[in-house]
Amino acid sequence: MNTSHKTKLGLLALSAALMIWAHYMVFVYVPTEAVMGIVQRIFYVMVPVAWLAMFSTFVLFIASIAYLKTRKSSWDAVAYSAAEIGLLFTTLAIVVGMLWAKPIWGVWWTWEPRLTTTLVLWLILLACLMVRKVANDPSRGSIFAAVVGIVAFIDVPIIGMSTTLWRGIHPGGIIFEGGLAPPMLQTLLVSLAAFTVLYVLMMVLRVTVKNNEITIEKLKTLR
Amino acid sequence: MENAGYLFAAYALVWVTVFGFILILLNQQKKFRQDLESLNATLKENDTSSGDGS
Repeated sequence: MNTSHKTKLGLLALSAALMIWAHYMVFVYVPTEAVMGIVQRIFYVMVPVAWLAMFSTFVLFIASIAYLKTRKSSWDAVAYSAAEIGLLFTTLAIVVGMLWAKPIWGVWWTWEPRLTTTLVLWLILLACLMVRKVANDPSRGSIFAAVVGIVAFIDVPIIGMSTTLWRGIHPGGIIFEGGLAPPMLQTLLVSLAAFTVLYVLMMVLRVTVKNNEITIEKLKTLR
Repeated sequence: MENAGYLFAAYALVWVTVFGFILILLNQQKKFRQDLESLNATLKENDTSSGDGS
């Protein structure tokens, strides 16, 4: 993924513009929710970071399959970047979720199905990055990581269905069941768009750094 | 404005983490560019010296 400087600047500008719009909607436009009060506005950042955690795991899944089929280092770079950024957003989803849970449920953490399955994803993504360090040969490490990357994706639909599969206290299906007022849904959609563009920018930057790392390692062997 | 602290903490955490990650990436990119330039210079130097010898 050799993305030009202009593309990166374009993504940065689009991301910044969408973020400003999203923050205007979150803090000015959307009405305060009657029961939960101001803290409900965490929802507009918690849903996008949780979405990116799962979307990044999907990217990891695709890149892992492509790497196992082709053994091209470019796919390994995408898989590594998706695992790292996926871990970052899963961590944020869990911690931001805790900041929402404390004032609403009265506890920082509970072994509720949605939370527990998200923690499982965090552990698998961590394992996906760690197996690279454990393997003696880097190419074997990449193969192990690709296998773990495919396994990680199995957890994504389980997270999605966890609120219907098991009875929990998480209000999981509220978005798809039409439980959001139009201004709330609009705010959420703008926030989701803004964070998704930011994710693309982060991926482009991370893959560029990873590819440079690979090029330098190759050049060092030539020296 | 009850619980505003949680709201502030959530948004601040996300932004500090995302900006921190992007800054780390930009620093790494800068370092790799410098490494790449120095390696290219070394390789050119090696090519020139081996060319002189033949």
